[in-house]
Amino acid sequence: MLSRVAENIYWFARYIERAENTARIVTVNANLLLDLPKGIAPGWAPLVDITGANALFEEHYKDYGERQVVRFLLSDERHPGSIHSALMAARENCRTIRDIVPREAWEQINGLYLYARENQQKGITKTGRHAYLRALISGSQTIVGLLDGTMLHDQGHNFLRLGRFMERADMTTRIADVRSASLLREAEELRPFDTIQWVSVLKSMTAYQMYRRSEQIRVQRGPVLRFIFQNNQFPRSVRYCVEHARSCLGWLPRNEAALRVIGRLARNLDAAELHRLDQIELHAFVDDLQLGIGDLHQEIAATWFPPPPVVEETAA
Amino acid sequence: MGIDWTDYPSVGFYDELLAAPGEPRAETEALAADLAALGLDELVARQEAAEVAIKEMGITFTVYSEEGGAIDRAWPFDVIPRVIPEREWRQVEAGLKQRVKALNLFIDDLYHDQRIVKDGVFPEEVLAKSVNFRPQCVGVDPPLGVWAHICGSDLVRDADGTLYVLEDNLRVPSGVSYMLENRLVTKRVFPELFEHYAPLPVDDYPSQLFDTLAALSPRPAEYPEVVVLTPGIYNSAYFEHSYLAQQMGATLVEGRDLFVADDDCCYMRTVDGPAQVDVIYRRIDDLFLDPEAFNSESSLGVPGLMRAWTAGKVALANAPGAGVADDKVVYAFVPEIIQYYLGEAPIIPNVPTYRCMEPADMQYVLEHLAELVVKPANESGGYGMLVGPASTQAERDRIAAAIKKDPRNYIAQPTLSLSTVPTVTKAGIEPRHVDLRPFILSADRRQVTMGGLTRVALRKGSLVVNSSQGGGSKDTWILPDSGPAEGQSQSQSQTQGQA
Repeated sequence: MLSRVAENIYWFARYIERAENTARIVTVNANLLLDLPKGIAPGWAPLVDITGANALFEEHYKDYGERQVVRFLLSDERHPGSIHSALMAARENCRTIRDIVPREAWEQINGLYLYARENQQKGITKTGRHAYLRALISGSQTIVGLLDGTMLHDQGHNFLRLGRFMERADMTTRIADVRSASLLREAEELRPFDTIQWVSVLKSMTAYQMYRRSEQIRVQRGPVLRFIFQNNQFPRSVRYCVEHARSCLGWLPRNEAALRVIGRLARNLDAAELHRLDQIELHAFVDDLQLGIGDLHQEIAATWFPPPPVVEETAA
Repeated sequence: MGIDWTDYPSVGFYDELLAAPGEPRAETEALAADLAALGLDELVARQEAAEVAIKEMGITFTVYSEEGGAIDRAWPFDVIPRVIPEREWRQVEAGLKQRVKALNLFIDDLYHDQRIVKDGVFPEEVLAKSVNFRPQCVGVDPPLGVWAHICGSDLVRDADGTLYVLEDNLRVPSGVSYMLENRLVTKRVFPELFEHYAPLPVDDYPSQLFDTLAALSPRPAEYPEVVVLTPGIYNSAYFEHSYLAQQMGATLVEGRDLFVADDDCCYMRTVDGPAQVDVIYRRIDDLFLDPEAFNSESSLGVPGLMRAWTAGKVALANAPGAGVADDKVVYAFVPEIIQYYLGEAPIIPNVPTYRCMEPADMQYVLEHLAELVVKPANESGGYGMLVGPASTQAERDRIAAAIKKDPRNYIAQPTLSLSTVPTVTKAGIEPRHVDLRPFILSADRRQVTMGGLTRVALRKGSLVVNSSQGGGSKDTWILPDSGPAEGQSQSQSQTQGQA
């Protein structure tokens, strides 16, 4: 398989996953705010914090109001992490791998992109938002299912899964980091609403029900952190993503260096005693994880992807 | 409702199906009758079925627009096939092979001794001003001495029925994938006609193309690694690039997938590491092939590719520099070229051509602009040309000035009355003008596609068949001389059914 094609498949999967996760965090935040008393609610800024795009946001918007943040995350073409940009990038990547993925996958991503674009306005209003985001999430899931169920499970499929798990692991650490930080900040007044907020963390990953089944304990910080970071059965936990990324790497040629990097990542993850970490230590831990995920990406790119172009080119 | 061919409004042109309204040609009599029996409503229904099939099969070509970037458009197609009797086709086939053989000898000569120039048959000044002559290719010996491995020559038929070669495309001719797909579509929508007439098959092309390319491999002992080099998804022929790669089982690559190492070999970057490439079917122009040798701005090509090619470590098809014979002024000399290298008279004639470089010809052209088609030497796709009868005075003045400024860059030809084929239109069955692009493969042997791509100008009265300018296409049937299968005719077989 050509390195360029492998890279396109990998990014295709990442962008689909990114669009889905962004739709999830917007949905959950909207619900959370309805449950919290006005005045003490953390508002919409944490969503921008999660994506790490604060500088860009502040360049274009005056304040972190609902409309502004939602527009930024859903439809802003200037924001490379917006759902609009992610779906467009996924579509462009898919265009070049049309001989690798089944035709239906192309039709699906094409349809999803067009739906997202044509219904943007609906997504920004309070009343239309829920249905819009649900359609995006289920559209992304359809693509993932379609590919798993119909494409050859060869090298290309490994890169597809690799992209998906890398993006998902990254997003899960971001959600945990930002949410738990904001939980701490207003500790005093928000204490009675702690549970609600941890429930919202779980819900943004569709993890609430699974947490209940798996942990059989009330929702609280320690077990929630353990569940979303270290559970090896929940498909959006960091541990699960890392383990499955590792198995994808296992099938690829020349994988020694990448396996070393991911081994280090897995060991750090397993060794952490999350319930003992205070907020600052947790943040440092998450920082470390994200650096590890970044290193892994660098290693994957260096081993299997084409070298970056020498001349200036528009990025994939 | 049946079709009454006596109402068919074909006057003043050679129609491929009918000798005159109501009078089918001897070899198309049965088909004309079958089409008439199907009737207009049924033909329209088949036309719609074909359009659905094309959408489903994803047969597209790409068009640029200022706002929307590149758009994939469904390939415009007309269901009524264009028929050529095998007897006639065999002549054409021989003529095309003759032509391409001579052109390859010509190109090889130009990059070596230039005997044809020294012998005074081909003017030095034409060569000197050729924009497609590549000094980088002088002295290079490509495998088997062949430069133009894939040639697409455009044929047109004039009012008296004579077939002419209109031009030869020796750089990166496109359209063959549509020839193949048109056949698939026709089989889907006309299975009964198809069975009955059994046109000679076209589907060998991808394997013939692969064999042609494989024959060029610098490592004959190994199974050759053949790749198709595309400029990328925004190229208008990207569909074809990816189609041919899939059909041949070759890898579709872009320039950045390849690199030339210090050993002068060309490699592609794969997940398993570098893999040596033997043959590149390149679908990008010479000037973008190698930024070290040509356009240093180009990011489409592969730095060092010319070095690898001249060292014989990788084969390029078509060879760089092959386009020197693809110039419309060179075209005017092809009859002399055939005579010079092969000692034979051309089997298929050229369209009579005025060379503006010759003062008498230029004089004639300038005086008759309103009747002639004037073409610049190195444009394709119908760009930059003047169609005299359809031109305005201002356009004629502009081209007259251009000709006077650079006579060598222009040729002119009489406006041909391109032949027509019945075509399904909103107003019923009407004649539309067609040309024909067969493809000729050359390596260790020469092969010609069975027929080729019939392009049709879908606008009434239009002579422009290019898909970028409102053209479509038709399936091309070479009908065996033995005629339709013996025994039951179409209508009889349909009377049989469950008792």
